[in-house]
Amino acid sequence: MLPIIFVLPLLQLVILSNAATFEVKNIKFAYIDNDKSPTSRALIEKFNASTYFDVLTDFPSEAIASSAMLKGEIDVVLEIPRHFERNLQKEKHGTLGVTINAIDGAAAGVENVYITQIIQSYNKNIRTALAQISDVQIQPINIETIPLFWYNETLNYKTFMVPGILVLLVTMITLFLSGMNIVREKEIGTLEQINVTPIKKSQFIIGKLFPFWVIGMGLLTVGLILARLIFNVPMVGSLALMYFYTSIYILVVLGIGLFISNFTDTQQQAMFIAWFFMVIFILMSGLFTPIESMPKWAQIITEFNPIKYYVEVMRMVMLKGSGFTDILPQLIKTSVYAIVMNGLAVWSYRKTT
Amino acid sequence: MNNVIQVEGLTKMFGDFTAVNAITFEVEKGEIFGFLGANGAGKTTAIKMLIGISNPTSGKATVAGFDVLTNPEDIKKNIGYMSQKFALYDDLTVKENITFFGGIYGLSRKKIKEKSEALIKELGLENVASQLVGSLPLGWKQKLSFSVSLIHDPKIVFLDEPTGGVDPITRRQFWEMIYKAANQGTTVFVTTHYMDEAEYCDRVSIMVNGKIEALDTPKKLKEQFQAESMNDVFLKLARG
Repeated sequence: MLPIIFVLPLLQLVILSNAATFEVKNIKFAYIDNDKSPTSRALIEKFNASTYFDVLTDFPSEAIASSAMLKGEIDVVLEIPRHFERNLQKEKHGTLGVTINAIDGAAAGVENVYITQIIQSYNKNIRTALAQISDVQIQPINIETIPLFWYNETLNYKTFMVPGILVLLVTMITLFLSGMNIVREKEIGTLEQINVTPIKKSQFIIGKLFPFWVIGMGLLTVGLILARLIFNVPMVGSLALMYFYTSIYILVVLGIGLFISNFTDTQQQAMFIAWFFMVIFILMSGLFTPIESMPKWAQIITEFNPIKYYVEVMRMVMLKGSGFTDILPQLIKTSVYAIVMNGLAVWSYRKTT
Repeated sequence: MNNVIQVEGLTKMFGDFTAVNAITFEVEKGEIFGFLGANGAGKTTAIKMLIGISNPTSGKATVAGFDVLTNPEDIKKNIGYMSQKFALYDDLTVKENITFFGGIYGLSRKKIKEKSEALIKELGLENVASQLVGSLPLGWKQKLSFSVSLIHDPKIVFLDEPTGGVDPITRRQFWEMIYKAANQGTTVFVTTHYMDEAEYCDRVSIMVNGKIEALDTPKKLKEQFQAESMNDVFLKLARG
């Protein structure tokens, strides 16, 4: 069991950190070159040179291109009109047709920006006539900005995701182990044997907490080492602070797990409830989608999500180097949460029914 | 006070169903008290109330001088319990189980070490002391489980069908262990389905549908019901 507890989450860290990315890459790009001029070929060459686009084929007609998009073979079609080169030289402006598959609206927005940037850098005088499939409207960006990216200068997605995935694996393992634990003892009958001993309720819960707490801290350690070695994630902040916060955070998760365990009769029930909360906690944690863009009521719910605070703290401390006072609000909320959940765990554990 | 268990009108209801219906009896110190009854007669429910893990619906009971309703934790310091279902940790070794339960009862390290050595020797488990309990045969497990329930020298030990599914030789050894414990002054409260075992008890009660229908020494019960053996007594009562 112990190897499983450590190996699976680490696989998760390696796989998810690479896969769970919002970077839009390998955009399947097709074009219809009606001009066939040096200018149009040079423009296509620009796309070819970009690492974001996989330039596929030259489609002879718009109908063929649109059927390829229906089949999902291409994401973007660039249509270069007849006399593109001539218009550009004579009238000092040209128009291009861009069609983007916008079923994934977020990705389509990013693709639009990329395309616009490439075309703009090629010639400031070209306008794109954007046509989007699906109903999501994306306004072309007209403002020239000079971005300055702080804390993650290279916009490396892994730098952003690894601390979050680390949070997930520490949380999942500790929640499931603790959630299954007392209920397992109910099933095999050893809990009854414990209940006829004079053991105190708090002693029992502490005895249950401690081993999982150690496992959780161990997972954090191995996860941090991997984050450093494999992903080269910067660790700007204090390791001690990360461990201190985690040591309290794990108590919250374990408290929830033991509370679930006390209220259920079988491991299936416990697993079901633990999964229910896990999915909500993960999706509402700000790990994959920003909490700021959730509706107001959902944002209120996230206030009760321990994972949210942990993701925030890990990103703050690891990437920004936030100190004790910066994470104090999260720390206080988490501590209160830990006290409440473990209080409930002790309270809900009944030696006498 | 010579009665270590005193029960008066003890009742347990589950919804409309009365599992234990106003039972009254007492058990003297050092006695081997047989607690008989058919399956579903309410024996286990009654025991659970006496050992403080199930609250009675009504009635009164004191065990080792403490009230089951108000002081169950004090009772637990003074009793040992062996459940129907084997309830030591299968994934701990023999030694670890002994150490663990010794620790829970607050025995000192030195005491635990002495006890576990003596216990392992007595049970003849020297060769398997470091093996996981889950790998032992049932008979050995039951003997181990009984010894562990005595680890803190309790005043009373509750045995719920300790010999269920065990071979006749092991059953015999088991009863020798019970006698030994009783001779050392431990009160033994035992349930069983084997009527030959009932004959070994000092006194026997027979529960039918949640009520105690008979309670006396095996000899007197046989006279009272004009029966040859405890088996006949049981059949007469249980059939109603």
